[in-house]
Amino acid sequence: MSSAHMGPAVVFDQVFKAFGPHHVLRDVSFSVPAGKVLCILGRSGTGKSVTLKLLMALLKPDRGSIWVDGDDVTRLKPSGLSKVRRKMGFLFQDAALFDSLTLYENLALPLARLTTKTQAEIDFAINGVLSEVELADDKDKLPSDLSGGMRKRAGLARALVLEPKVLLADEPSSGLDRITASEIDELLLRQKRDKGTTILVVTHDVHGARRVGDQFAVLDKGELIAYGTAAEVENSGRDTARKLISEDYPA
Amino acid sequence: MSNLIEFVGKVSSFGARIVVDGLRMPFEGSQILTQIAEVGYKSLPLVAPAGFALGTVMTFHTRSTLVTFGASAMIPTVQALAFFVEIGPLVAGLLLAGRVGSGIGAVLANMRAAEQIDAIESLSIDSFKLLVVPRVIACVIALPLLTLFMDFAGLLGGYLSEVAASGMSLDLYISRAFAGLEWANFIAPTLKTAVFGFIIGTVSSYFGYTTNQGAAGVGRAATNSVVVSSLLVIVADVVLVKCIFFAFPESAL
Repeated sequence: MSSAHMGPAVVFDQVFKAFGPHHVLRDVSFSVPAGKVLCILGRSGTGKSVTLKLLMALLKPDRGSIWVDGDDVTRLKPSGLSKVRRKMGFLFQDAALFDSLTLYENLALPLARLTTKTQAEIDFAINGVLSEVELADDKDKLPSDLSGGMRKRAGLARALVLEPKVLLADEPSSGLDRITASEIDELLLRQKRDKGTTILVVTHDVHGARRVGDQFAVLDKGELIAYGTAAEVENSGRDTARKLISEDYPA
Repeated sequence: MSNLIEFVGKVSSFGARIVVDGLRMPFEGSQILTQIAEVGYKSLPLVAPAGFALGTVMTFHTRSTLVTFGASAMIPTVQALAFFVEIGPLVAGLLLAGRVGSGIGAVLANMRAAEQIDAIESLSIDSFKLLVVPRVIACVIALPLLTLFMDFAGLLGGYLSEVAASGMSLDLYISRAFAGLEWANFIAPTLKTAVFGFIIGTVSSYFGYTTNQGAAGVGRAATNSVVVSSLLVIVADVVLVKCIFFAFPESAL
């Protein structure tokens, strides 16, 4: 729609999604103001990753609408969808880097195909984003030569290289030690603080979530059972939500 | 039966999308060249020795029969006709269905399982046009070229076998080999392998690109790619041979 969209950056409105008889999301609604971080919490298999994939229009909802920066991604044609996706970055759970390309080539692929940047400008953009994630010296390495934490940071670099307005991160700290997880959290915070990026994070790491999150959404069996600030979720009266957001509950 | 009809429908629609997207800008030139190297150049070490060995063995077999009937002079002619008309195209197609079909099926299924295809889409890049179309075009271009390598490797194997048996000169072997060969025996059967290439590329891409079974789907996609594309290559060969006879009656032996 418009680049001057003033409403929430992301709106989920009565979204329902099922895979066969399995109802993954049941009429879920929430919104995320621009420049804020929403952490989506929930037990495994409750539809958290599906929520992110619906937002990126990698999946289609059975009903409901999903708005990103003023555009309903459920009704867009491929050309319109491509424009909306340009505003978003996606950090996949296992980074999903392209195996046969070096780190530099992974980042150069979208820049070379989707922008009119010159080679020098592409080099500048890649060096900049790789420096931010502290991988500037590793740009010639293949993904198989990177550690788990480096791959996550490389995935984040690729998600950020087109300077998205909305960043989706699927379990950015899963499988990482607490120090590396904390570094990833710091990168997300810096992205929100310096660039004003709206961020949706799916996570099981409550410490990280409390550190980066402004708002929290708790999903249970496909339903949104709590939504709001950490205090609001804790006081929502839902036991599952309280356990998931509590830092004292055993991991 | 309904599953079969559903499968045929899905693969046909997948193939139609390849044709439409293949004709639509932008053309993935560098990807196509990369895939031609992957499909064509890297298949040469399989195709050329296979052709050579087949040519040698075929001469062993035809020689004993033709000598019995006093027709040993026909050995090069039979060898050339057999290779250019049927053995070269069909065996090259089946070898490629094995090597390339399993490769394409496994690579694309692995990319799907590792969310790399989703990652491409999330970057606003058309994953179908980037991954599937160049692979199919590469198969269509590479297969006729590989068939030529198989044909000539087969003739070379046959010639060396004949030299060992009768000491026939190269000039005489070549002149006899091509004496009974019409252009229609050469061009149409070689070009029919472009259809085999389309079948192999489309079927294996279909199984790899559309899998949704995670890591388990990778092996299944590779196996299905080989089995179904091999089967379809054989069926297509029967149909195309009839079509060639219809279009070029002089090519019927």
